[in-house]
Amino acid sequence: MNCMDNNTDLIHPRWVRVTHWLNAVAVVILVMSGWKIYDASPLFSFRFPESLTLGGWLGGAIQWHFAAMWLLFGNGLIYLSCNLISGRFRKKFFPLSLGALIADALAAIKGQLSHTDLRHYNAVQRSAYLFAMLDSVLLVLSGLVLWKSVQFPILRELLGGYEAARRVHFLAMAAMVVFAGVHLLMVVLFPRTLVAMIRGR
Amino acid sequence: MIHKPSRRLAINGDALLNDALKHMKHQIEQPLRRAFLQRSLTLGGLSLLSGCAIVDESSIENALMKISRFNDKVQGWLFDSKRLAPTYPESMITRPFPFNAYYEEDEIREVEEETYRLEVTGMVADKHAWTLEELRAMPQVDQVTRHICVEGWSAIGKWGGVPFASFLRKVGADLSAKYVGFKCADDYYTSIDMPTALHPQTLLALTYDGQRLPARYGFPMKLRMPTKLGYKNPKHIQAIFVTNNYPGGYWEDQGYNWFGGS
Repeated sequence: MNCMDNNTDLIHPRWVRVTHWLNAVAVVILVMSGWKIYDASPLFSFRFPESLTLGGWLGGAIQWHFAAMWLLFGNGLIYLSCNLISGRFRKKFFPLSLGALIADALAAIKGQLSHTDLRHYNAVQRSAYLFAMLDSVLLVLSGLVLWKSVQFPILRELLGGYEAARRVHFLAMAAMVVFAGVHLLMVVLFPRTLVAMIRGR
Repeated sequence: MIHKPSRRLAINGDALLNDALKHMKHQIEQPLRRAFLQRSLTLGGLSLLSGCAIVDESSIENALMKISRFNDKVQGWLFDSKRLAPTYPESMITRPFPFNAYYEEDEIREVEEETYRLEVTGMVADKHAWTLEELRAMPQVDQVTRHICVEGWSAIGKWGGVPFASFLRKVGADLSAKYVGFKCADDYYTSIDMPTALHPQTLLALTYDGQRLPARYGFPMKLRMPTKLGYKNPKHIQAIFVTNNYPGGYWEDQGYNWFGGS
């Protein structure tokens, strides 16, 4: 899996596809086990249905969660480093401006946004994918405070303490779930993108 | 929990009783663990990941346990024996401080002070049994810290007692040993790593909020560690032992992470 392998025949190089699907697995496990952990002591006045959770009981859910966190973290680190080293990050996600985002969002709503070249991300995609990256970083950082609040004092205070970090972690999860929902909807609307993420072309 | 501890019987061989209890617990916990796995793999939604039941359940359980052991190591490595948990003003104490145990509040064990003796065994020089008066005669400290539960909630409380490091030094414990284990009057048991045992905020707590430790918070004593999750903080401690053999714990043997640090 060579980062520099930016074979131009491919829409997505192999390392993008591998890290994408590993990330998808990590996110599904983390969200479902996280919901089980949430249910042990709900922050808000609702619980997640048992059938949508993973782990069976709190101890099992924590085992899943604290295993999948390494996958999210390690895989995310590889993804981000590869993006930066290969120059893909700069090339695919920038330039990005608010004007372009609004223009592309309006065009998308009117159904006028072209998806003919899957190599090219429009401004809405750029923003959404960058948001997912930043949100993942926030999930990892707030998760670190929940896991080891005494050992990461600066991070803990930056997030406003242990209890505030619980809320940050929850909201970042909610944002990730919304992203994933929209992402899946777009895949349904443009199935060609799914093929490209599997086969690379 | 399923396990309902039996009443303490007046058999002179305490070790015999303990062995019997341990055996009972083991038998009861095994089906519990199986049940946990089945739920985790069916209702738990793994079918969603694997498509069908092609994944061997016990191999997944083993893998998760191995990662949990790995997480113990990472936490041991991250643990800084000089880094202190935050302390809070008394005005921030959570009132009432929540009761939490593996049993309900109406099953709280009452320990008699007159007959109570703290056993100290294992890799220690002085194995005499301690009375509460002897412990109260040692220098005491107070701290207001956050108790974080494995369920996610947290509460701030004030505990006072003997710094555990002074106690371990006083009994001549081998400080190079790996574990300190605890057996409790409510049949709970757990164990911790030596670096945490020696942490300056680890207290053999004899008081709560300036009062003699109430039964609901673990009379006659509780090990209070603001660097570990609630289930690592045993209440109603009857015996302390220093060992190199992994002693496990009530919840740890069912799958909670052993280090359980925060």
